[in-house]
Amino acid sequence: MTLEPPVREALVARLTAMADDELILGHRDSEWTGHAPILEEDIALANIAQDEIGHALLWLEARRELDGSDPDALVFGRGAGDWRNVRLVELPKGDWAFTMVRQFLFDVFECELLSRLRHSRHVPLAEAAAKAAREEVFHLRHSGLWVRRLAGGTAESARRVGAAVDLAWPYLPQLLAPQPGDALLVEAGIVPSPAEVGAAAREHIATTFSELGVAPPDVPPNPGGRERHSEALVALLIDMQAVARADPAAEAW
Amino acid sequence: MSAPSRAGRPRARAAAELDAKTVWAALEDVKDPEVPVLSVVELGMVRDVAVAAEGVRVDITPTFAGCPAFVAIAEAVRERVSRLGAAAVEVRRVLSPAWSSDAITAAGRAKLHDFGLAPPAVHGGALLPALEAPVPCPHCGSLDTRLRSAFGSALCREFYTCRSCQEAFERFKPV
Repeated sequence: MTLEPPVREALVARLTAMADDELILGHRDSEWTGHAPILEEDIALANIAQDEIGHALLWLEARRELDGSDPDALVFGRGAGDWRNVRLVELPKGDWAFTMVRQFLFDVFECELLSRLRHSRHVPLAEAAAKAAREEVFHLRHSGLWVRRLAGGTAESARRVGAAVDLAWPYLPQLLAPQPGDALLVEAGIVPSPAEVGAAAREHIATTFSELGVAPPDVPPNPGGRERHSEALVALLIDMQAVARADPAAEAW
Repeated sequence: MSAPSRAGRPRARAAAELDAKTVWAALEDVKDPEVPVLSVVELGMVRDVAVAAEGVRVDITPTFAGCPAFVAIAEAVRERVSRLGAAAVEVRRVLSPAWSSDAITAAGRAKLHDFGLAPPAVHGGALLPALEAPVPCPHCGSLDTRLRSAFGSALCREFYTCRSCQEAFERFKPV
């Protein structure tokens, strides 16, 4: 499938945004390694972090096929202004309830996206989506279970879930919003309609929250596009890119 | 990884002497560092082997997208095939169709069981019912087992305990 230059450009932007969401969320999850409430969860979060970073690599490899960009250079060489992740994933890791609520919101969105993206007419994207979708099943089961457990647990755990939903909620619209080049990509059958994915994700979230008696706040969305970031991302990048900056020739293994 | 690497060994033999069958057999020597009883062939990671005058091409597919062992496995495949005397070896990473635990061979499943790692349920694409099905304990065979965590010591494993023999065990994750 040969892509017209404007479509290719839109797809590069879209892949970058998808990869950046996964990578930053994966990094936030990895911050629990050695600090999770119990050993099983320490291991689980480390696994989920590794999966999300693996998915970021799938999208960056698909981008490399389009523009020859080097995934490592993108991850370890970009300043905060060049990242295109949503602000939901860069928020500090917070407490366990926030970590699980944020993960649940993201997992619902990703499952709804991937189940449609696997039918993309851009074959490398469909292949990567099919791969990631199988792994996301485990994430959603895990984060969904934790949100249920905490919401139906003690008064304190329920209070923390409420506070986590209050904090995350204004950031959800940005995750579900269409991106600038999406119209072209939807028309070409490369990505599913963001409106359809967003509606499905909202319905899934609303059903779960209503079962649990969790009421999301009625607040306006946090404004601004994916080029706008909080200071939290700057601190994260300083940490994540430190080794690459100290030794640019460092290699894996 | 996509760039072919030249073995350039003095004992390099004509590619015509090599056949795909020999390459497949040699790949049985390449084990997954995280599940050392299984070869890449038993895992179903090897998708294709092509032998031509210019060299050998091996297509492998990653099991889990974030598996850190993949780089080492690809290098081990390249190294093992080079030792057969291939003039050049190219190892390609292919994603389609996405790897599934159903691709693990019958011999591979038996080895997993003997290793103490419960083999993944064969699901034929229906993953959710497979995740609900009882998992036999690889130590005592009891079905009275409990999932402790869907995440274990590697991306491909989940963690169980057996109520009958009280042992903990891991299962290779069905995906």
